[in-house]
Amino acid sequence: MSLTNREFWTLVHGMILGSLFLLAFAGGLAGLWSLRPEFVTAAGMRDRIRRLDWGVSLMAVVCWLTVITGTWIVYPWYRAAPPEGTTDLSTYPRSLLLASEATAKWHEFGMEWKEHVAWIAPFIITAVAFIVWHYGDRLSARERMRKTVITLFVLGFALAAIAGLFGALITKSAPIK
Amino acid sequence: MLETTDPMTDGAAAAAIVAAGIGSTTLGLLTAGAEASAALKTALTLNAGVGALSGKTIGATIAFFLSWAVLHFLWKDKDVNFGRMATICMVLIAIGVLLTFPLVFQVFAPHE
Repeated sequence: MSLTNREFWTLVHGMILGSLFLLAFAGGLAGLWSLRPEFVTAAGMRDRIRRLDWGVSLMAVVCWLTVITGTWIVYPWYRAAPPEGTTDLSTYPRSLLLASEATAKWHEFGMEWKEHVAWIAPFIITAVAFIVWHYGDRLSARERMRKTVITLFVLGFALAAIAGLFGALITKSAPIK
Repeated sequence: MLETTDPMTDGAAAAAIVAAGIGSTTLGLLTAGAEASAALKTALTLNAGVGALSGKTIGATIAFFLSWAVLHFLWKDKDVNFGRMATICMVLIAIGVLLTFPLVFQVFAPHE
């Protein structure tokens, strides 16, 4: 039982960081949603804010690590061009997908969107993390700001989730070996 | 009871979310621009392995952090119209998402 270097980094990018992101999102959303003065005492609010600070910050860090490892480590393996005359394309995922009309859309639509749209998520989640750190329990009294933060948080997650879903589906059709 | 008087302004939050929108729009513009112009695509190829995506993402990241630093400096001690800034942020993100959507940015590719 062993992993190649490429399989290891694909695992780190897609599964380890992806799972952490999902876990941090669930906790962060619950924390932001219940961040209302009528729901918790002042002491409870401080405790909740402390957990929320770390949760959204972890999510921002994980989000950056996911797009950086994806773009700078995994993606070059995906898009590498095969040498002239290569007939076995199994180690050239992009070329493998484009070689058949049945799978070409996975690259032309799925990968093209994934590689770009995923990069919007860290901008959004970093802004959310900053606001949570900066405003702390004051966020509970600012309804408009809290709702905007929740909307952005969900939007950032949705964009990353779209990219993650395409990543999983593309990997099924043309894994990086 | 929680303290309700809040001396903190909302400018810092507005700066962060508008910067996120600027980063997103920059990514969208660079994506569509690279499709429309071979010269821009070449210029954005900062790394041969990653291709033009390297320049697009580095450019958008610089736009995000730079605009955040500038807006934070300008607004950190001010109350801005947060609702309006939130709308601007959403519009900028929507432009970014739209211009990174393949069926949209591929329209900018030169017709053969």
